[in-house]
Amino acid sequence: MNDKRIGKRTIKFPTLPEIIGAASVVGVKEGEGPQAQWFDKILQDDYYGEKTWEKAESKMLKNSISMAVENAGMQVQNIDVLLSGDLLNQLMSSSYMARDVGIPYLGLYGACSTMTESMLVGSIMVDGGYCVSAAAAASSHFATAERQFRMPLEHGNQRPPQAQWTATAAGSVVIKKNYGDTGAHDRHICITHGTIGRVIDPGITDTNFMGGAMAPAAYDTIRVHLADLDRKARDYDLILTGDLGIAGRHIMQDLTKNKPEFEGFKDIYEDCGAIMYDSNQDTHSGGSGCGCSASIICGRIIKELRQKKYKRVMLVSTGALVSTISKQQGETVPGIAHAVTLEVF
Amino acid sequence: MQIDIMEIVWVFVIGGIICIIGQILMDTTQLTAPRILVLFVVIGGVLGGLGLYEPIVHLAKNGATVPLPGFGYSLVRGALKGLESDGFLGILTGGIKETAAGISVALVFGYIIALCFNPKSKAK
Repeated sequence: MNDKRIGKRTIKFPTLPEIIGAASVVGVKEGEGPQAQWFDKILQDDYYGEKTWEKAESKMLKNSISMAVENAGMQVQNIDVLLSGDLLNQLMSSSYMARDVGIPYLGLYGACSTMTESMLVGSIMVDGGYCVSAAAAASSHFATAERQFRMPLEHGNQRPPQAQWTATAAGSVVIKKNYGDTGAHDRHICITHGTIGRVIDPGITDTNFMGGAMAPAAYDTIRVHLADLDRKARDYDLILTGDLGIAGRHIMQDLTKNKPEFEGFKDIYEDCGAIMYDSNQDTHSGGSGCGCSASIICGRIIKELRQKKYKRVMLVSTGALVSTISKQQGETVPGIAHAVTLEVF
Repeated sequence: MQIDIMEIVWVFVIGGIICIIGQILMDTTQLTAPRILVLFVVIGGVLGGLGLYEPIVHLAKNGATVPLPGFGYSLVRGALKGLESDGFLGILTGGIKETAAGISVALVFGYIIALCFNPKSKAK
């Protein structure tokens, strides 16, 4: 009946939509971290020449999209659809960016899971023939996220030890119908499969402990993705979660311990949040935010795929679906994670 | 003017103890800063109403009145004074009258600082 679904929850993209361009823009602190060499643009100032941090975030997002489109050898007006999200109320950064870019736009909210969510939706649209090219993007900014979810920076709030640092970062990819020609790059990075995550709530009420809130969702998505495709973790060169952070990475490793399909998992597993900063950058449990996985996927992983370092990777951005209202009402923090598998041909 | 070293020591010690309690609460519980703030004001008010905060203020002066419990203490003290002078209505007006200077200073200086400076992204 449906030849594009595999197993319970996984979808395949038989036409192999291709990532033909990618770019990342990061803030000052991220540019001082261990991933600095991979980013395409590092800001000198987190205001980015704007009057507010929200405008700065929107500008970063816009810049990452125009750089990704340039990297793809295309013109932005030739992109059919723009899929983007961020962490702010009513997707402020994305909507104002989309106003300036001026192409059809779908705003997505998946908390910090937005990057793989937008890649998933983009692949579905390209594979389904609803468009030829799609730009998928996500962004976050430390100062705007603090204002949105915690306290404005003016308040000078202390950060608890389990807290993660919202990355000031944006990343974009251009997904295009695979015509088989090599285009701007000599290797084809194709999105072969995706798994839409379920919302899983481990019952954590501490909104600072997001790694713990999201790890079960990431585990669920990865497990189902592997089971549906009848693969084992070893069939991948890299499984990368979004922003579980240092604490969440430990939980993830514990969850996968002694499971046959996850044999050798710890050798191929990494987390964007855990590698974003150095331990001496004092971020406590590592990085978080949509931009964290967006910038590492679009900045580092795509380049490494082009450099043949990996043949097949699974990207699993993770989101904590918390809101300021749910927090005030004492609700728990549900997690979500979406997976996409990228393969080089 | 003579400086009383012991007075300075008491101000420092009592003020410091109040801050340490706050820091311990921040580090060991999930209480957010605003909740601790409210908790401290209420505790100061209750202790003030029971007459238990007065001796601390007497001993530690500003070390006890500047931290948050001191604000609660002043509110209650003002309300009690108001009750004596103006009756029932004084309970409502007295607290604010007593703390008017502190509240106005916070408002005015907060406004001036906001006009003069832009926040910077944290380094840590």
